Amino acid sequence: MRPGRWRRAGRWLVGRLLGAVFVLWAVATLIFFAIRLVPGDPAEAILGGPGSQASAEALDTVRRQYGLDQPLLVQYLAQLGRLATGDLGTSYSLRTDVGRLLLDQLPGTIGLALLSLVVAWLLAIGTAWWATLGGRVAATVSSGLEVVASAVPHFWLASLLILVFSTELGLLPPVSTGTPAGLVLPVVTLAIPVAGFLGQVTRDSLLDAAATPFTVSARARGESPSGLFARHLLRHAALPGLALSGWAFGSLLSGAVVVESVFARPGLGRTLLGAVTLRDIPLVTGVALVSALAYVVVVALGDLAERAVDPRGRAT
Amino acid sequence: MTALPDLPRGGEATRASSSRARRRPPLGAAETVAAAVLLLVVAMAVAPGLLAPDDPLAVSPVDAFAAPSLAHPFGTDESGRGVWTRVVHGAGASLTIGLVATVIGTGLGVALGVLAGLGGRGRAGRATDAGVSRVLEVLFALPGLLLALVVIAFTGPGAVPATIAVGLATAPGYARIVRSQVAAVRRSPMVEAATVLGRRPAVVLVRHVLPNALAPVVVLATLGLGQAVVWASSLSYLGLGSPPPAPEWGAMLSAGRTYLAVAWWMTVFPGLAVVVTAAAATVLGRGLARRGQGGRP
Repeated sequence: MRPGRWRRAGRWLVGRLLGAVFVLWAVATLIFFAIRLVPGDPAEAILGGPGSQASAEALDTVRRQYGLDQPLLVQYLAQLGRLATGDLGTSYSLRTDVGRLLLDQLPGTIGLALLSLVVAWLLAIGTAWWATLGGRVAATVSSGLEVVASAVPHFWLASLLILVFSTELGLLPPVSTGTPAGLVLPVVTLAIPVAGFLGQVTRDSLLDAAATPFTVSARARGESPSGLFARHLLRHAALPGLALSGWAFGSLLSGAVVVESVFARPGLGRTLLGAVTLRDIPLVTGVALVSALAYVVVVALGDLAERAVDPRGRAT
Repeated sequence: MTALPDLPRGGEATRASSSRARRRPPLGAAETVAAAVLLLVVAMAVAPGLLAPDDPLAVSPVDAFAAPSLAHPFGTDESGRGVWTRVVHGAGASLTIGLVATVIGTGLGVALGVLAGLGGRGRAGRATDAGVSRVLEVLFALPGLLLALVVIAFTGPGAVPATIAVGLATAPGYARIVRSQVAAVRRSPMVEAATVLGRRPAVVLVRHVLPNALAPVVVLATLGLGQAVVWASSLSYLGLGSPPPAPEWGAMLSAGRTYLAVAWWMTVFPGLAVVVTAAAATVLGRGLARRGQGGRP
């Protein structure tokens, strides 16, 4: 039994690794050729577009640095070679090594996103529990709340929270520095829209689970409503949400761009926003690669969680 | 502790299959309100002058930062322009960006999805399916605003690039659903019957597979419109969409950000417009989805 299990796990891991390498290669390739597709001189694009009025000297340096005077294929392979060795290049706007810069920014954003994911799950399960046990009114109210929550733009929610908790009540800082108090508003802002989506799918599958024979038999055995929810329904109902956890994390990463900007919090999202505004292509490439990698890792983790919760998936 | 409620949805689904009237329930109260809200937003976009006769660009420094009153129901901004007037006149820009982005997204998504879903028969078909699925996987790895931001890094900021960027960012989601729809319809007994009756593959595709596979796209587009409006306003808020003087909800929110502590109404009302529009599209889309799927949301 055991060797087969290890072999399956190994095959799964190799498949995931190959998938991750493919995604990273494709993102790097897309961006490499996108620079060449934009009309105009790529050297100028790297230096910030036609508006940057780069000097002939700067353009020459960039051409040499990026090997733009060489054939396209040579440039492409050289770029892939650099990326494969972990060299993400030098940021044009910040004049620093992109890899080191992103390593500094990554933990803050990943931590923010993961914490928000946990809070979102707690909110979603809490509403689903309330909607299941609280009767018709609770079901209607929670369904309305979920629709509004999933439609709220991050930046507006952030502004409202700042308005209430910082400007009016003075309870929490409007700027997110290193303190735990400064983390509350960004996490809540990111968690609420995702909780709305997770709540919707969780409640739908909760109702499906409640209609299955195993629920009837559990109730016949005398299981209390809360016990039924915690021991039987939740495991079943969490599955579609877990399948969506890759999507949810992606939505959190994308929301982090806005939230980090509103709360003046350093991180990957704010770095990307700055890079896009200044058209700092090496930095944009770096952030895209790092967030794609993070996404691939989280999807793999979600897959593992799904297998842990659902015994049916383990047979395959 | 109360007992579990009488499983309204699961029960109804089984009953629905026995009764045709149940299978297509009329739009409920929530859907009707949502449709009315969307109609109001469309009216704002088509004829803003009817609802707000003032000029959305006329500057009047004396009236700056006036709190909501009868003359200015949503207050005024830093240049004394009525926020209500600008919200009404901004509906056109915001709705257009959302609609065009949704059209781009669904168009690309349907093209990719149909291409992938039609694969499967023969080696070339399987290769196409696998290829498109891989492309989608890559696009999913740059979720939502991240893909839109990368696109804008190349095109530069502006209303048109932001629209295209949002459209591209929504395409993978549509493509994935269309792909599974096409694949499901192709395996259905109906298509099998048509093939057995001797219809040519092209005829089967155009007459049977596509109409059935693409029907849900209308529903998806309604749901996606809300998302597109939210993303477009987010890009404007970040200063990458419509430039400032034009009344557009995201751009108004971006301006309001500076004056959050002084004039909350500059932030609250344009944001409310985005939320109400997006929520109305979501409610209507879910209602349509329920109708299309015989009582199950």
